[in-house]
Amino acid sequence: MPFQSTVGDYQTIQTLETFGFLPAMSQDEIYEQIAYIIAQGWSPTIEHVHPSGSMRNYWVLWKLPFFGEKDLNVVVSELEACHRAYPDHHVRITGYDAYTQSAGACFVVFEGRS
Amino acid sequence: MSKKYDAGVKEYRDTYWTPDYVPLDTDLLACFKVTGQEGVPREEVAAAVAAESSTGTWSTVWSELLTDLDFYKGRCYRIEDVPGDKESFYAFVAYPLDLFEEGSVTNVLTSLVGNVFGFKALRHLRLEDIRFPLAFIKTCGGPPNGIAVERDRMNKYGRPLLGCTIKPKLGLSGKNYGRVVYECLRGGLDFTKDDENINSQPFQRWQNRFEFVAEAVQTAEQETGERKGHYLNVTAATPEEMYERAEFAKELKQPIIMHDYITGGFTANTGLAKWCRRNGMLLHIHRAMHAVIDRHPKHGIHFRVLAKCLRLSGGDHLHTGTVVGKLEGDRQTTLGFIDQMRESFVPEDRSRGNFFDQDWSSMPGVFAVASGGIHVWHMPALVTIFGDDSVLQFGGGTHGHPWGSAAGAAANRVALEACVKARNAGRELERESREILSEAAKSSPELAIAMETWKEIKFEFETVDKLDV
Repeated sequence: MPFQSTVGDYQTIQTLETFGFLPAMSQDEIYEQIAYIIAQGWSPTIEHVHPSGSMRNYWVLWKLPFFGEKDLNVVVSELEACHRAYPDHHVRITGYDAYTQSAGACFVVFEGRS
Repeated sequence: MSKKYDAGVKEYRDTYWTPDYVPLDTDLLACFKVTGQEGVPREEVAAAVAAESSTGTWSTVWSELLTDLDFYKGRCYRIEDVPGDKESFYAFVAYPLDLFEEGSVTNVLTSLVGNVFGFKALRHLRLEDIRFPLAFIKTCGGPPNGIAVERDRMNKYGRPLLGCTIKPKLGLSGKNYGRVVYECLRGGLDFTKDDENINSQPFQRWQNRFEFVAEAVQTAEQETGERKGHYLNVTAATPEEMYERAEFAKELKQPIIMHDYITGGFTANTGLAKWCRRNGMLLHIHRAMHAVIDRHPKHGIHFRVLAKCLRLSGGDHLHTGTVVGKLEGDRQTTLGFIDQMRESFVPEDRSRGNFFDQDWSSMPGVFAVASGGIHVWHMPALVTIFGDDSVLQFGGGTHGHPWGSAAGAAANRVALEACVKARNAGRELERESREILSEAAKSSPELAIAMETWKEIKFEFETVDKLDV
C-alpha cells in the first residue's frame, strides 16, 4: 500500500478543556461525574458563558456555588435550569475545593451554539 | 567555665557522637547511609561525618576556643542498621539552624555534601534524606507559582496536564522546530518542551527558536480554544544570558520557561525562580545529571533530597521519572518523593523512603513530571501513580504516531481523558486498562492506531536502587 494512503489527516478541533476530546457523555455518565464531585466533598458550582467568551477566566456564576449540597438530583436540576435560561451558552460544572482554592473537577455539560 | 587549649588529634566521637541529644524543632536533620573502611568503629565514622560536614577539622585548633563550638557543631545522635546490609549503617545528624544562610540551598549542600564525601575513613557515603526545619523553609522563596496558581493561569482542572518534548532533540532549524510545536499543541497537548540539550546552538539560536515557538503557541490557542504553552529553555552559559532569554520569553507573552537546575546550579536556579515570581512566569525544571548523583545505592545523594532542595530553590514542575517507562525509578520511592514535592506535610514512612516528618507549611507545591519512554498503554498506570497534579510527557509516544505528532497528541489526550473519566466513575484503572482504552479507541482512530503501534513495547528491567527493606 502506498505510504500516503495509510496516513490520516488530523483536523484541529475546537475544544473546551477537560473531556473535550471525548464523545458527548450520556446522562448516566454525567451523573457519575457529578457523584464523584460530591463524594470528594467539593462544592458543585455551575457557570455559563456565551461561546464567544469561552477563553475568559470568569464565566458567569449560576446563583452561588452549591456549598454542602449532597443531593445529585438538585445539582442536575440546577444544571438543566441554567441550560434552559441560557440555551445558547456553554454550561460547565466545577467541583470547587476550598482547601486548595482550586477546582478538583471541571467540565462542560451543555455546549452552546456559536 | 572556660576550656583549655589542648593541641593534637582527638577522636571525633568524643565531640560529635551524642546519643543522648534530643534534636530541636529548629535543627536541620540529615540521614546518611555510611559505609566505613573496615575496622573503624561505627560511632567514630558517624561522628566524623557529623564533624566534617559542620564545624570540625582533623586537628584541634586554638581558634575553636574563641567561640562556643558546642552551640555550632553538628551532632550524630543516632545510628541504625540498614535492613539486609551488614557493611553499611544509617547515621542521623542534627545541625543547628545558624550553620546555614537563610534561603540558601546552595549553602546547605556545600556543608552537608561537601568535603565529607571524599573523606578517607569512608568507603561510601549517601545522603538519604534531610528534614528541613520550618524556620529554614520560611526563608526560601520556593516555587514561583505553585500548582493551584498554574492551574488557574493555564485553565486546566481535574486532570493531569499533557506534554511532550520536541524531537529530534537536536538539529532542527527554528522554523521546523516551531512546526513540530504547533502540530503537538493543535493535536491536544497542553505543553510542549525544549529538550534539555537545546540551549542556543549553531543550527538554532535561541532568539530564532523563541519567535517561531511563540507563533506556534499563539496559533494553536486560537485554533483550539484552549490555553497552551511551550517550555522555553533559558539554561545558558552565564546568568546574564539566562536572564536575557527569560526577559525575551516574557516580551513574547509566553507563559512558561525552563531551567536545568543541577547542571545550571542551585544559585542560578534560585535567582531564576525569584525572577519568575516577580514576572508571573511559570518555571519548568529539568534534572540532567541527577542520575550521576542519585543512582548508586551507597554513594551520592538520594533524589528525594534533590527534590526537596528544588522545592526550596524554586520550580513549578520537576521531572520525577515515570516508574513504568524507560528510566530508573521504583514505585514506592517515587510516591515518597512526589509527596515531598506536592504535600504540605509528609509523615515519616520508611516504606516510601521518607526518614523524617517533613512540614512544608505554606510552601507551594510542584507538579510531578513523568517523562521518558511512555506511551498510551501506560496511561492508566500513570494516572493512578501520579494523580492529577502531574504533567505526563510522551515524546516518542507523540511524534512516533504513524500519522504524525498532531494525531499522536490527540491519541494521548483521548487516552488521558478516558482514564480520568473512568477513575472518577469508580473504575480500577490498572486492572481494567485494556477495556478502558479499547472503549475510548472506538471513537478515536488516532488512539486505535497508537495502541496498535506500541502494543509490544515494554521496559522491564530491575531497578538498580531499591528501598532498603
